[in-house]
Amino acid sequence: MSLLEIKNVSKIYGPLKALDNVNLTVENGEWLAIMGPSGSGKSTMMNIIGCMDKPSLGEVILDGVDIAKESGKKLTEIRRDKIGLIFQQFHLVNYLTAVENVMVSQYYHSMPDEKEALEALERVGLKDRAKHLPSQLSGGEQQRVCIARALINHPEIILADEPTGNLDEANENIVIDIFKQLHRQGTTLIVVTHDPEVAEVAQRTVVLEHGRLVNEIKNEGFEE
Amino acid sequence: MKKQTMFLRMITASLLRRRSRMLVALLAIAVGATILSGLVTIYYDVPRQMGEQFRSYGANMIFTSSNGKKLSKSEIDSAKKKINNSQLVGAAPYRYENMTVYERPLMAASTDFDEAQKTSPYWRVDGEWPSAEGQALVGQEIAATLEVKAGDTVTLVYDLDEAPATADEANKGERNQNSRDFTVAGILDTGGNEEKYIFISVPDMEALTGKTDVFDMTELSVSANRDELEKYADTITKNVDGVSARLVKRVTQSENTVLSKLQALVLLVTVIVLLLTMICVATTMMAVVTERRKEVGLRKALGASNKSIIFEFMGEGLLLGAIGGLLGSVCGFIFAQAVSMNVFNSSIQFHWVLIPITIIVSVLVTGLSCLLPVRSATDVDPALVLKGE
Ligand SMILES: Nc1ncnc2c1ncn2[C@@H]1O[C@H](COP(=O)(O)OP(=O)(O)OP(=O)(O)O)[C@@H](O)[C@H]1O
Ligand SMILES: [Mg+2]
Repeated sequence: MSLLEIKNVSKIYGPLKALDNVNLTVENGEWLAIMGPSGSGKSTMMNIIGCMDKPSLGEVILDGVDIAKESGKKLTEIRRDKIGLIFQQFHLVNYLTAVENVMVSQYYHSMPDEKEALEALERVGLKDRAKHLPSQLSGGEQQRVCIARALINHPEIILADEPTGNLDEANENIVIDIFKQLHRQGTTLIVVTHDPEVAEVAQRTVVLEHGRLVNEIKNEGFEE
Repeated sequence: MKKQTMFLRMITASLLRRRSRMLVALLAIAVGATILSGLVTIYYDVPRQMGEQFRSYGANMIFTSSNGKKLSKSEIDSAKKKINNSQLVGAAPYRYENMTVYERPLMAASTDFDEAQKTSPYWRVDGEWPSAEGQALVGQEIAATLEVKAGDTVTLVYDLDEAPATADEANKGERNQNSRDFTVAGILDTGGNEEKYIFISVPDMEALTGKTDVFDMTELSVSANRDELEKYADTITKNVDGVSARLVKRVTQSENTVLSKLQALVLLVTVIVLLLTMICVATTMMAVVTERRKEVGLRKALGASNKSIIFEFMGEGLLLGAIGGLLGSVCGFIFAQAVSMNVFNSSIQFHWVLIPITIIVSVLVTGLSCLLPVRSATDVDPALVLKGE
């Protein structure tokens, strides 16, 4: 069974169809890139997969559960237990330090563990910035804290919306390396990007335009 | 690490690292708690303070004869001995006799002016209190009819005979009379019956009437509470022959009415202050929640349930309430002390129990005012917030 099946999904805002009858299947452990121009519905789709929004029409089956039909409380649980989110903007709690921000995610998931949180920061190369507040970190560093936070609870699926959009080359490479590691560990990755270089490293790329899936490219040269 | 530890770490970080906004809320709570604990302190201290004030407000006990006759000095003295000397502020004996001035009948009273000043400190004298024999204190009403003022002379005339039975007898002439000239030392203004009398000294009265060691009653001012006063009155009436002691109801009653009115006022102000504090805290919390919509959205996206969002905001609010309450209970005492020093001229006791009470009340009040704002936090839709407003 596939991890995620999106069947005939539409998201309608008045006259606008942000998503228009989308069908997409993602296998367990797959690394998928989503590309498309601005306003094509990428974030809308990520929000629906991330259980933060519901489709107007269609089914979204995640791990055997149709999340389009679940209640808000249940959706919160699914999001907490299965999904790691990396947002288009870096969203950190501004009065908590880097390590505390990572621990917030542990706190809602299970038990906060400072040691584990520090290890996650070390993984993204930020061990020595653990006690800094977000305002004392650069954009790239903040995004890496977000990544550490997303992977701290070992989610089955990581949803990253433009994770490298605001990063320079060096930071982008750090992020890509982390994705490669996660992929090797079997985590399912769905990454929205404008950047062909980030899309290239994924196994498969789908392209959205005006809310429709218009293209699908298999990356033949994908290296495990 | 325990979940509670992280919870505390988050809410304290929020309070400590986002100081300015929280300071406003804290200030509101602390000021509210200060007024609250201050007023409650005053509320409980007022009866004690008022008691002292009222004691200086005049006599609270009187002695009269228990057998329908007159009192003698020895009777009064033995009754006075039953009262603890340190509590006895003053005891003024009074004797009343009918006299005439320029053929006008009026009532003359004799007293010990030193003692009368102690038992009736509210008497206002225009001029001087009599300080020697031959001086009189004239009630305002009499002074008006006689048209006398301080420094004038009045002649008091006392009929030594029994009052004439018929007009005929009265006109027969030759009456056995004593008269004496008095200098008006001052005019007495009390707002009461005393304005209808001419007060003279005890020796003058005895000389005029020829009868000594006679008193109609004695007014006493005793520094004791109601229960003690009742016990004294009881003992004296039972154990001292010829003397009946009772409390002056007028003062104790007015003491009680004034007290209950004052306490009602304090209560009213307390309730208003509590309401204002709640409004202020609620407004601030509303602003805090609005300001932190993004954070709420983020927390929800990370898997926070509505319950944990409520817990976190409530936790911050209640912690603020506790800190504000602690500050307030200390400042409140200082406030109450200042009020007491200025209004009653005496210091008040510190009640330790007010600290936990103030903290609990301000935690409750803060919690109550946070309810609505915090509920509104749960309405945040993470999808909308995270899109990057
Ligand atoms: N809450 C909303 N109400 C109305 N329209 C919305 C809402 N959210 C999104 N849209 C519209 O839906 C369309 C898709 O938006 P979406 O955010 O998914 O675009 P995107 O592909 O992520 O673009 P970008 O690359 O700029 O992030 C846009 O035209 C947007 O204006
Ligand atoms: Mg987007």
